[in-house]
Amino acid sequence: MTFLHQVLVVAVKDLRAEMRTKEAINASFAFALVVLLLFSFAFDPDSESSKEIAGGLLWIVFAFAGTLVLNRSFARELPNDCLDALVAAPIPGSALYLGKAIANYLLVMAMELVSLPVFSIFNNVTRPVTAQLWPIIGVLALGTWGLTVIGTIFSALTVNIRLREVMLPMLTYPIMVPALMSAMRLTTDLVAGKPFGPDDFTWLKMLVGFDVIYTAASVALVETVLVG
Amino acid sequence: MTAVSIEGVWKFYGDYPALRNIQLTAESGACLALIGRNGAGKTTLLRTIAGFSRPGKGSIKILGTEPRQTETRSKLGFIGHGISVYDELSALENLTLFAKLYNLPDPQKSALEWLERTGLERVRNGLVREFSRGMRQRLAVARAFLHEPSVLLLDEPFTALDDRAIAVLQRLLREALAAGKTIVMSTHQLREALELASHVALLNRGQVAFHGPCTPEMVADPGYVYARYGETS
Repeated sequence: MTFLHQVLVVAVKDLRAEMRTKEAINASFAFALVVLLLFSFAFDPDSESSKEIAGGLLWIVFAFAGTLVLNRSFARELPNDCLDALVAAPIPGSALYLGKAIANYLLVMAMELVSLPVFSIFNNVTRPVTAQLWPIIGVLALGTWGLTVIGTIFSALTVNIRLREVMLPMLTYPIMVPALMSAMRLTTDLVAGKPFGPDDFTWLKMLVGFDVIYTAASVALVETVLVG
Repeated sequence: MTAVSIEGVWKFYGDYPALRNIQLTAESGACLALIGRNGAGKTTLLRTIAGFSRPGKGSIKILGTEPRQTETRSKLGFIGHGISVYDELSALENLTLFAKLYNLPDPQKSALEWLERTGLERVRNGLVREFSRGMRQRLAVARAFLHEPSVLLLDEPFTALDDRAIAVLQRLLREALAAGKTIVMSTHQLREALELASHVALLNRGQVAFHGPCTPEMVADPGYVYARYGETS
């Protein structure tokens, strides 16, 4: 079995288990929609200042709602000691990690793709979001991968901690700051309908660099995280 | 050939040594019963042999290789305290998943074969969360034996099993021993374990207090090893 096949087997298993229980995805969808609704009441959608912080609001929602998915990633393996069986299987830790990261990525992206139209309606930015839809989806894809790689490795690290639901966001958010900053700035400019400038290119490079560096670091460290 | 070789293994939890200079071997085809009181270090030793955690000092070899090597893991079967199958998946999906992870040539066929051997073929599409405790235990046994491992590590395998699951497990363990496979099991069910064991190791506070062949006295009186080599209280 090739490495890619091993990754896919783990990813399909996680997605199938989540689709049967819908524990993480339901909580994530509900949280994102409620917070977007509350933000629409808190900020005047027609004011210029609201548009300037639109990207920030959106990524705050994605980061918090995404954590609900990421928290379940390795915690799902706990009830019957399933993690033992996965660690004992003759697959590299990196295949296990990437399989879980891909499953988390697809779940978080699904939440974001449902939340995006809701956000654009509530914040009165439907026209610019429609006009810049593919660039926005590109930023979502890159930003979400950054959140997912960090969240998945820390989910493995905190899986045996009693207060993991608290510890995971405390550990991950500070590390996610560069990815969130880049994604927020790029999203804000795209939602405001601004053309892609040199500043945006710098933020994009930072986001891509973050994804590459943290993916490589997580793949290299996962065996140590799982076995010690 | 030595199937399991443990040389001077220490394992620390913080400053506390859970395992202290463990020296044990199990030859191919042997069945080693690890016995000892609660907290003696049986589970820690089995988990370290299985490669779930690394020893602080010393070395462990399974069939001459390190436990964490991919090649070694494909020859190891483990049953721990949990059943290690997913409640949200069906019995067939669970076994097919592990058959794929162990790179078996026809995962579906192997899964169906083991469901039949453990008497679960009629509930193959049922979700594990709907299974009785005995059915779940039999599925756990099927998962551990699915890839025909050369070395089986069993942590209290008879605990909480119903009569049928005990019979299935004992039959499979006898077949495995007859096929020359090696079994290392920790247990408190001395009678069931000593019927199968060729060797016994008594752990006491992380140390090996006794290691030797299983004798007729031990089978006749399961408390014999504790009385002779273990703590009196």
